[in-house]
Amino acid sequence: MDCIIIDDDTTARLIVSKLCNKVPNISIVGEFSNAIEAIKFLNNNYVDVIFLDIHMPSFSGFDFIQTLKNPPKIVLTTSDKNQAFEAFEYPSVIDYLLKPIEFSRFEKSIQKLESYLIQKKENTPMLPEKDEGTNELYVNVDRRLVKINFSDINIVEAKGDYIKIKTENKSHIVHSTLKKIEEKLPNEIFLKVHRSFVINLSKIIDIEDNSVLIKQDVIPVSRSNRSELMKRLNLL
Amino acid sequence: MEQPNLSYIRELSEGDHVFEKKIVQILQKELPEEYKEFLRSFNERKFKETAENVHKLKHKISILGLVKGYEIASTFEEDLKKDHKTHLYKSFCSIIEVMIDFIKPL
Repeated sequence: MDCIIIDDDTTARLIVSKLCNKVPNISIVGEFSNAIEAIKFLNNNYVDVIFLDIHMPSFSGFDFIQTLKNPPKIVLTTSDKNQAFEAFEYPSVIDYLLKPIEFSRFEKSIQKLESYLIQKKENTPMLPEKDEGTNELYVNVDRRLVKINFSDINIVEAKGDYIKIKTENKSHIVHSTLKKIEEKLPNEIFLKVHRSFVINLSKIIDIEDNSVLIKQDVIPVSRSNRSELMKRLNLL
Repeated sequence: MEQPNLSYIRELSEGDHVFEKKIVQILQKELPEEYKEFLRSFNERKFKETAENVHKLKHKISILGLVKGYEIASTFEEDLKKDHKTHLYKSFCSIIEVMIDFIKPL
């Protein structure tokens, strides 16, 4: 079982890591002091289980769970007894461990996880499900996760190590690549028309030979992408 | 008064001295820093922040085996959040100071 640990407290991370080392078949693939760093990691990596602290400044464990579209199994670790009720409202939460965590209690949690994962293996392939049916994405802007609806995006422009996401009313500069965001955007609406631009096809106002107009922006269309663009348009 | 101890850490470590040393070093560093933060926010009467600081220290109280101390900290945290009640301030400070004195020479 691959797991990650998310807790803003250093001692808590060290303790969970020690507990994990005491049981076979569990390997720690990441430790994070905040949820946003963990989300970045999970964008590119699959894990079986997350040991998650509920009480973290600015972005709580519950906020974190809500951002995951296909969350793995989650074991909550907390000092608060009174949050158990809310915790089990999330189907991905499999257990709730009170700090300081005793090894005997931790072992029970692992047994629960193992039986769940065996069941899952028998029924379905253990691959992350494809993100289908989603209408938005979350981007990290100044340590906040900002929700952007796909339908609001006009253009995404590559800017070195960053991308600029232009929506109807705002622009967001995000540390990412055009390739990564292209994978997240639904390809029936979005098209890469140039090595530096992905556009929302429904926002095109007009098209000239080598460019499209979206709102007040003239976006270059490279020769290699032009035929694909033309194919995707509903021409009269 | 209830005294801090290393029972939980030792039980967890099962003789792993590297782990014990590591956790003690973190406590030696973070306890005084977090206590200082707590005092600052309390003196500035920022109760929400103070409750956060109590919450952070609460876990360390439990690591050092202070059962009653943990209960006091939990009540103090709730009091600060709900009604800005501060009557447990002195008891809480005593708990943390005893912990700092205990961990310092280890």
